[in-house]
Amino acid sequence: MSTVFLILQDNEDARPIIEAIDQDNEGVVIQYQPGMVRIEAEGKLTVNRDTVSELVGRDWDVQEVHLNMVSLSGNVEEEDEYFKLTRS
Amino acid sequence: MAAKRLNMRKRYEALTRGMGWETTHQPMDKVFPYDTYEGIKIKDWDKWEDPFRLAVDSYWKYQAEKDKKLYAIMDSFAQNNGQLNLSDARYINAMKLFIQGVTPLEYGAHRHYAHLGRHFRGEGARVACQMQSIDELRHAQTQIHTLSHYNKHFNGMHDPWHMSDRVWYLSVPKSYFEDAMTGGPFEFITSVSFAFEYVLTNLLFVPFMSGAAFNGDQATVTFGFSAQSDESRHMTLGLEIIKFMVEQHEDNLPIVQRFIDKHFWRAYRVLGLVAMMQDYMLPNSPMSWKAAWDIYFTENCSALFDDLGRYGLRMPKYHEVATAEAEHLSHQVWATFYNYGHAAAFHTWMPDVKKMDWLSEKYPNTFDEYYRPRFETFREMEAAGERHYINGLPQLCQVCQIPMVFTDVLNDPTMVSRRVSIHNNSKYHTCGDGCRDIFEFEPEKYIQAWLPVHQIYQGNCGGSEVSEVLDWYNFQPEDGGEYVGSADHQRWQEWKGTAESVSDDRTQAHAS
Amino acid sequence: MSIDISAKAIPPIRQTYAHVARRIGEGKPGSRYQEATFDLQATTNFHYRPLWDKDHDIYDTGRTGIEMQDWYAFKDPRQFYYSAYTAARAKQQEIADTNFSFVEKRGLLQAIPVEAQRIVREIFIPLRHVEWGANMNNCAITDCGYGTAITQVSTFNSMDRLGIAQYLTRISLILEQNETTGLDAAKQDWLERDIWQDLRHVVEDTFVLEDWFETMVAQNIVMDGLLYPLIYQHLVDELLASGITVMPLLTQFMSEWYAETERWTNTLIKVTAAESDANKTLLSKWASHWNDRISDALVGIANDALDKNGEATVKQVSHELMQRLQKQGV
Repeated sequence: MSTVFLILQDNEDARPIIEAIDQDNEGVVIQYQPGMVRIEAEGKLTVNRDTVSELVGRDWDVQEVHLNMVSLSGNVEEEDEYFKLTRS
Repeated sequence: MAAKRLNMRKRYEALTRGMGWETTHQPMDKVFPYDTYEGIKIKDWDKWEDPFRLAVDSYWKYQAEKDKKLYAIMDSFAQNNGQLNLSDARYINAMKLFIQGVTPLEYGAHRHYAHLGRHFRGEGARVACQMQSIDELRHAQTQIHTLSHYNKHFNGMHDPWHMSDRVWYLSVPKSYFEDAMTGGPFEFITSVSFAFEYVLTNLLFVPFMSGAAFNGDQATVTFGFSAQSDESRHMTLGLEIIKFMVEQHEDNLPIVQRFIDKHFWRAYRVLGLVAMMQDYMLPNSPMSWKAAWDIYFTENCSALFDDLGRYGLRMPKYHEVATAEAEHLSHQVWATFYNYGHAAAFHTWMPDVKKMDWLSEKYPNTFDEYYRPRFETFREMEAAGERHYINGLPQLCQVCQIPMVFTDVLNDPTMVSRRVSIHNNSKYHTCGDGCRDIFEFEPEKYIQAWLPVHQIYQGNCGGSEVSEVLDWYNFQPEDGGEYVGSADHQRWQEWKGTAESVSDDRTQAHAS
Repeated sequence: MSIDISAKAIPPIRQTYAHVARRIGEGKPGSRYQEATFDLQATTNFHYRPLWDKDHDIYDTGRTGIEMQDWYAFKDPRQFYYSAYTAARAKQQEIADTNFSFVEKRGLLQAIPVEAQRIVREIFIPLRHVEWGANMNNCAITDCGYGTAITQVSTFNSMDRLGIAQYLTRISLILEQNETTGLDAAKQDWLERDIWQDLRHVVEDTFVLEDWFETMVAQNIVMDGLLYPLIYQHLVDELLASGITVMPLLTQFMSEWYAETERWTNTLIKVTAAESDANKTLLSKWASHWNDRISDALVGIANDALDKNGEATVKQVSHELMQRLQKQGV
């Protein structure tokens, strides 16, 4: 399995997304760098709509992830319920 | 009766597919004349998987939200003279190169994705390209607007479009992009969406922008990361198009591999400028070019190509040369600009002791052995009042158009690498195997190149004197040359109230 | 370390970029629109000829018969650059979204009389193909056009037309309770039903025009100048008169869009015609050719859509268009 990553801006909007990723993905590595947060995982990384919605206290739309995304690596799956990066 | 719910995929399909039709009054091949001649065979455009699913109204909503934030920061940056928070005014020279060399590419991408957005036969691919086209316009314009404030307080950014069409070192990015634009639509999209954006631009927009944040440039990191939020969509398009082409027909594989090989090399050569920005122009660099290369190219791309291996694709040709060069690239490029600094619209300088030590630490295999001695000599000459410049004009590579300064890092890093090809009884020089192969595959294309040095010799650039050429570039005397003592430097000292730091720098130079 | 120096203490060394100053005069600050527009496009020293068009440079004034001393003479009255554009559309889409949700939730579209539903299905929904054509044509203008002053507007237009096509799609989805049958039927009509065939012929012919300015005239001046008043004024007004309030609500975006865009097309024609008699002649030739063809093509649709006077209404909008163009000097 190889690594996928998601990089988000280091800002208020991204915090609940990072928190949700941390909750839902075992073994992710979260690195804080100037202005950005790099989140790495083996093979798969999922942002779940329901987890983020729970954390922000409103209906969070998966496409909102685009607002704070700096970069990614992996095959993207974007559905109503989740945003997923995979690489076999 | 309650209506059934449409999921994102179905809904997006209804919103973007099925609006086109098989034309009957005009032949389809006349309506879409460009998407077959490269030899890429598409059996079924409907198999196109949309890389992302943003309906136009959501696009407006999200993009307006991003821009609202970005412009608020831009305004406050200008009102509060945010330039005062920079770690050092040397930093701004990277942004000069950015607006001269990168912003015009964003604009070129904007126009040419519209070409694809009109000319691909598949509706899904067209919509994706149109979205990218308008995004790229966003990037060009937000860069102009952000850097507008810097232009009011620093030299060298005053005429970027004029410069982009004329200046010797800016023909490097310009010729790369025009190479892609003058190819067919599949070549262009492989070049820009895949080779440039998926494989390489992380190197510019992630570590460099993080470096901008590290050096107090709130404005640039904001536009940089805001652009990256679009870029993530673009990268996804890059990966999708590659998979789509190779899945559609087995004959496509060798063509796609050739596109990848060529454009990886072309785009990589342009990134030599970024290597120097990263290592030399960022006063405090959070990550060296080499470290960034290891993470964003070596690691990430081996994972990517492991994945693409199932389609028969392999790593781009000469990637191992690029990786070997990672330990040399920034030093060689910076030395070149240092030497030709009087003919550039940004300042150059020799790194101070602290920076040299940082370079030694980050480049243990190369810096002390090959570059430090030369750089220390330059410092000594500068201290003696004989700042080193080269007055002649360099020979340029026929393909990448960079002066022939790269060395043969795999065999002898002290020997300049050069290749010669003969075409129609004329000799053409290239800087290595990567550029040579590109030349030899399409010599008729590359002999057309508008090579700045040749053009100067032919009298097409304002005159034969360097000063006449610089006038023609619309360079002002205060735009280039040594940073120490420059108008930018003096103004920075006035702002910071540290007028004596010129002599500080000199003292340091002596000490080293 | 940051030092607190008031803004006044740091006078700028220049007010704007040199290329902007060359156009507006030294010593004046450039507006965001000006900085985002002037001279962005490369003009010279192109390295290679396009493999796909060996007779032209990447950007080439020779792709149209229209000649301009300065391709930045066109000023968008709305002064749209990307950010101003998306801000304006974001506001409009918010209103549209509210309207659509309201109509959907209350089942207002299903509640209109059968004949009005027929008009939605058979007139409005097939128009998404016309919008798709408009999207392609504006994309072609961005591709082949000269100068950012024009090509950024065509870029925004492309997005707008795709957006409008998507609003029409959503109208169908609401009416058919999220089934795509209405879309399929409308496409069938577009491809086969008599009343649409002349218009489809026109649209297909515009796809292969060789002069991008002619594409501009055919699509953005004449086609829109006839179709939008016919459908989004006359037809929507007629529906409103018979008590159908839901269609003005669902097409508010389109009518506002047209009113706004007309200001730009007026400027475009005025500036182009004022440049030279040769331009004027070309514009007149194109305008009258496409006006004849498109007016004819719209008659069948108008007769089917409007209670009576379909043909007379087409004549009227065509006359109004020609008057409008005359006012701009054509």
